[in-house]
Amino acid sequence: MSAIPLSHILILASILFIIGFVGVIVRKNTLYMLMSLEVMLNAVGVAFIGAGSAWQQADGQVMFILILTLAAAEVAVGLALLIQMQRKFKSLDIDLLSKLRG
Amino acid sequence: MMILSPLEWMFYLAALLAVVASVKVITGKNSVHSLLYLVVSLLAVAVCFYLMGAPFAAGLEVIVYAGAILVLFVFAIMMFGLGQDETLHAPKIASMRIWLGPCCIALVLLVQLLYVIDSSALQEKLTSNIIDAKQVGTLLYGPYLLAVEIASFLLLAGLIAGYHFAKPDGQYEHLNIQQSTNEKGEL
Amino acid sequence: MSIAYMHTILTLLPFYPLVSFLLLISFAKRLSWQLAASLSVGAMALSALSSFALVWQLSADLPVITTHLWQWFTLSSSEQINISFYLDGLAAVMICVVTGVGLLIHIFAAAYMKEDENFTRFMAYMNLFIVAMLMLVLADNLVLLYLGWEGVGLCSFLLIGFWYHEKANVLAARKAFIVTRVGDTAMAIGLFMIFKEIGQLTITDINESARVLWIAGDNQPYWIALLLLGGAVGKSAQLPLQIWLPDAMAGPTPVSALIHAATMVTAGVYLIARMHGIFLLAPEVMTYVAWLGALTLLLAGVAALAQSDIKRVLAYSTMSQIGYMMLSLGAGAFSAGVFHLMTHAFFKALLFLTAGAIILALHHQQDLFKMGGLLKRLPFEAVLFSIGLVCLIALPGSSGFFSKEAIIAQLFSSPTAGPLLWVCAIVGALLTSIYSCRLFFLAFMGSARFESPLQPSSSKLVKISLIVLAILSLVGGAFGTALEHGLSSVFVAAPMVEMVNDPTWLHAVAIATPFVGIVFSWFYFSKYREVSHSPLVENTSAVNQFAKQGLGFDRLYDWLLVKPYCTLAKVNRSDIFDQLMMLNAWYVTLWHEVLASSQNGKLRWYVAAIGLAALLLTLLLMLNVGEVSMEIS
Repeated sequence: MSAIPLSHILILASILFIIGFVGVIVRKNTLYMLMSLEVMLNAVGVAFIGAGSAWQQADGQVMFILILTLAAAEVAVGLALLIQMQRKFKSLDIDLLSKLRG
Repeated sequence: MMILSPLEWMFYLAALLAVVASVKVITGKNSVHSLLYLVVSLLAVAVCFYLMGAPFAAGLEVIVYAGAILVLFVFAIMMFGLGQDETLHAPKIASMRIWLGPCCIALVLLVQLLYVIDSSALQEKLTSNIIDAKQVGTLLYGPYLLAVEIASFLLLAGLIAGYHFAKPDGQYEHLNIQQSTNEKGEL
Repeated sequence: MSIAYMHTILTLLPFYPLVSFLLLISFAKRLSWQLAASLSVGAMALSALSSFALVWQLSADLPVITTHLWQWFTLSSSEQINISFYLDGLAAVMICVVTGVGLLIHIFAAAYMKEDENFTRFMAYMNLFIVAMLMLVLADNLVLLYLGWEGVGLCSFLLIGFWYHEKANVLAARKAFIVTRVGDTAMAIGLFMIFKEIGQLTITDINESARVLWIAGDNQPYWIALLLLGGAVGKSAQLPLQIWLPDAMAGPTPVSALIHAATMVTAGVYLIARMHGIFLLAPEVMTYVAWLGALTLLLAGVAALAQSDIKRVLAYSTMSQIGYMMLSLGAGAFSAGVFHLMTHAFFKALLFLTAGAIILALHHQQDLFKMGGLLKRLPFEAVLFSIGLVCLIALPGSSGFFSKEAIIAQLFSSPTAGPLLWVCAIVGALLTSIYSCRLFFLAFMGSARFESPLQPSSSKLVKISLIVLAILSLVGGAFGTALEHGLSSVFVAAPMVEMVNDPTWLHAVAIATPFVGIVFSWFYFSKYREVSHSPLVENTSAVNQFAKQGLGFDRLYDWLLVKPYCTLAKVNRSDIFDQLMMLNAWYVTLWHEVLASSQNGKLRWYVAAIGLAALLLTLLLMLNVGEVSMEIS
């Protein structure tokens, strides 16, 4: 069996997480923001599974399953909101939704 | 210099693929293309999972993430025309200013993370243990039973919220609920 | 009459007008004229009858009646402030004047103000004034006296500004209130000082304790007397707080008669007479009182010479007559001062009310230069007015003669007055006769200068009150001996001024002075009394204008106090201290701005902020880890 150092896995997770983070900040399109969020969630999953594997614990994968559930629910609600937004604003520009400014 | 086995090679290859695909996701101009890159990224991560000794997680990644969640994305984009105007809002590569700030923050954060990972005594920790579905299942329906219940509630909530939000406007009228249509008027 | 009856009468004395006031003010416009007039006049009549009955019973055997109503509050373990009335010779004179003259003026006012739509309110205020005045006069302690003192001030304010639709009236009311407030503040401080030094506020106790504690010329009585004098000067319109009285003539004429001539303005005289125990221990202050009186007397006399408004002439004459009273008090001739107070109340009320009747007949024309020739047109009023003027000038036989001569006679040899003040008084008498003659000539002689036909009042009430006042003015001098007798028990401590040594020429001069004045003005003001067809023009020379404006005191105060204060207010318009407080608000607002700008509603900014926070937290964590590892190693 392969033996990948845990640090490498965590580095991969960090890079993926940062990429997703940049995507959330930079993109104005809400759809892209959602996709970037998926990337970030995925990165967290990588970290969990890597850690679980390194310590021979199944908890990491349990956490991954929970994250999966979370992602599913988030996407369901997020896409529904996107559809609603598309209907109301004919656009997916997140900056249009800034009515809560102070 | 350490000699890498083929499987390890595969891991680093998959990892590189995941990173590249993720970058393509956030820089893409066509939402369907970005989505396909996201699928690629997820599949690459699934390979990584498998090589980390988590075949069950790899399966879930492929089936649930790539197979279900992203298909939901595709449906939403296709059916409701969400991907039509993304070019309008896509940042131009030429104007680097938009990327500058976020990238700086992200880079610093990344450096920090790497430093933390590097400084902790993880180098010698290897992930050469296979954890199969049985172990996960035992744990899931043992100590984590409550978490599973909560997750199911979350899914239920997501279901209801998705159903509610995605309903077209007209369906509210018979419920006599005041719709905030003036939002559009104000904007 | 038994003592118990007298106590009851005394107790109820101020409450008739109070009940009347409450009824009038409660039902206001729902009362008819008959009902309102009979209520207020009836209450006054009851009070007047009560006071006459009480005075009748006062005698050498029973010089003082006191009655205790209830305890008001406790000041210290030894001193309690009571609502108690104290009636002695001095208070008796005052209540007779207040209720007697007050009754006549109420009767007059009932007719005079009949057409006014706020008649009930007017009568209510008049009744309230009487209540406050009686409180002032009957108070057995200085706190209750102060209550009455402020009460009459309030009523004066309300009544000067009775026709509050006119801006001038409101300004006059405000001026009167503020200027008297200056004096009242001095008086309040005086009360505090009395309580601090003596520990008592009951008037008889103070007068007695002062005599035991201090000797003449001590510091404490000097300052106390000075502060009380401040109060008296404010209320009695003496120098330097005299400026409010002429303007106070903006009120209805009965008000001018009752408050600003007969009763309230003499409260200062009453206060000094009441607190004579303190004043006698401060001879310097007595001299100040005399000088203030003398200066006011001359100043008001000069100012009266130049007035064109009939009521303002009378107002200045009031000031000058109160100056006589002050002069008398300062000379130590308390009885003479109080005597003049009484006679002055009679003839000045008569003068004001007659002036009111004339003004009414002339359709509210107050300008002397638009009168003239009224002797034949309004003979009744003219005769009554002349009676008043005769008393004012103090021609022999009139009430004013007796009281004024009593004052002048005691000045010359008084230790606190002296020949110089005597000369002032004589000059004042000369001025009085001259401006009185000028007034008489302008109003009643010469050619008629009014356009509209006369409309003399035919009201019986007016005639009755005027006639009674005229009779009182003429025979008021007869009360002199009785008064002297009644007051002798009050001013026991006052040194008796010996008049035996005065040379007879002093009396001769004093008696001759008014005649000199009359003869002088007969020739000097011949233009005013002769019938001519050329229009009479007012003297508009600078000197005349200066005198007409009360010798420039208004302008002086305006320049000295009002202007700097207004400038200060303008400079400090945005209130520096307020700004200091606003610094807090500014600071909070600043942070609000900063934080609000972070709440820009843009989701991506929030995400970036979260990222930054994560960055900082990680940094912190790394540093901490470093420290921890260093500690371990």
